[in-house]
Amino acid sequence: MSTAAEAAVEQQNTSKTLFGFWVYIMTDCVLFASLFATFAVLRGSTAGGQELFSLPFVLTETLVLLTSSYTAGLGLLAARGRRTNQVLVWFGITMLLGLFFLTMEITEFHKLALEGNSWRRSGFLSAFFTLVGTHGAHITTGLIWMSVMLYKVMRGGVTAVNLKRLTMLSLFWHFLDIIWIFIFTIVYLIGAST
Amino acid sequence: MSKRDEAAHGSLKSYTWGFGLSIVFTLAAYLLAHGRTDGGWSLIYLLAVLAIIQLFVQLVFFLHLGRESRPRWNLTVFGFAFMVVAILVFGSLWIMKNLSYGHQHLPSSQVIVKDEGYQP
Repeated sequence: MSTAAEAAVEQQNTSKTLFGFWVYIMTDCVLFASLFATFAVLRGSTAGGQELFSLPFVLTETLVLLTSSYTAGLGLLAARGRRTNQVLVWFGITMLLGLFFLTMEITEFHKLALEGNSWRRSGFLSAFFTLVGTHGAHITTGLIWMSVMLYKVMRGGVTAVNLKRLTMLSLFWHFLDIIWIFIFTIVYLIGAST
Repeated sequence: MSKRDEAAHGSLKSYTWGFGLSIVFTLAAYLLAHGRTDGGWSLIYLLAVLAIIQLFVQLVFFLHLGRESRPRWNLTVFGFAFMVVAILVFGSLWIMKNLSYGHQHLPSSQVIVKDEGYQP
């Protein structure tokens, strides 16, 4: 087989993998939709609780995650241009921002639990912890994946396989940012102001 | 990088536009809701619209949806997922709203009187 034909086959496999990953992300949307629906239904089942959240704190979380989504995009652009050092810098920044976001989220959970507002207190809080916690679990997975990719790129540079993985990783990261926009709007903004 | 490639994968310009627009919509939603505790349905609708605009901003500028070459399988799957999500969320809310209507802590005889005008 000629190299041109091999490259064409490789290209086709890559686009199939990316499509498969896209289908996974869309089914994950359905998972989050069911948690959002549960939250919306249980929102009234509260023993006092909607006044618990600090909006400036959550705005900071949102802006941090949004910025990390942007830097992940820049990292992917660098990967397309095979600029290894820039890939490491941008995905490194993304990872730090992601860690910062996760720390903020854990701090909030910890504070709520200490004040006696854990998931056991009301239906509203159960739904809140499940929805936001599932998002946090995805973020954690993304961070582990990102650290593995940083190691791989450091070792082997931006190969075709690494580029494919980085493309999927940044898709995943943008998806988590979109889910967070809805958590920010539905849980925090609508929850606190109505 | 060819022109078509750039369209399908995005460029620095498209990412920066997406980032800037997302910040604008996030801050707008925040300022609308901040410090209010008396918002009604109009505020909820407004915030929901802002979130959905931001969803499409990010889908287009970050995920490059709709800019792939034909056949557009990604877009097809997205459309299907969107439909499932809409049915799931609005269906649940609708059903539960009906359920809580029939669940007003009245003795069942009174519910029958109220709903069907039937007097035993």
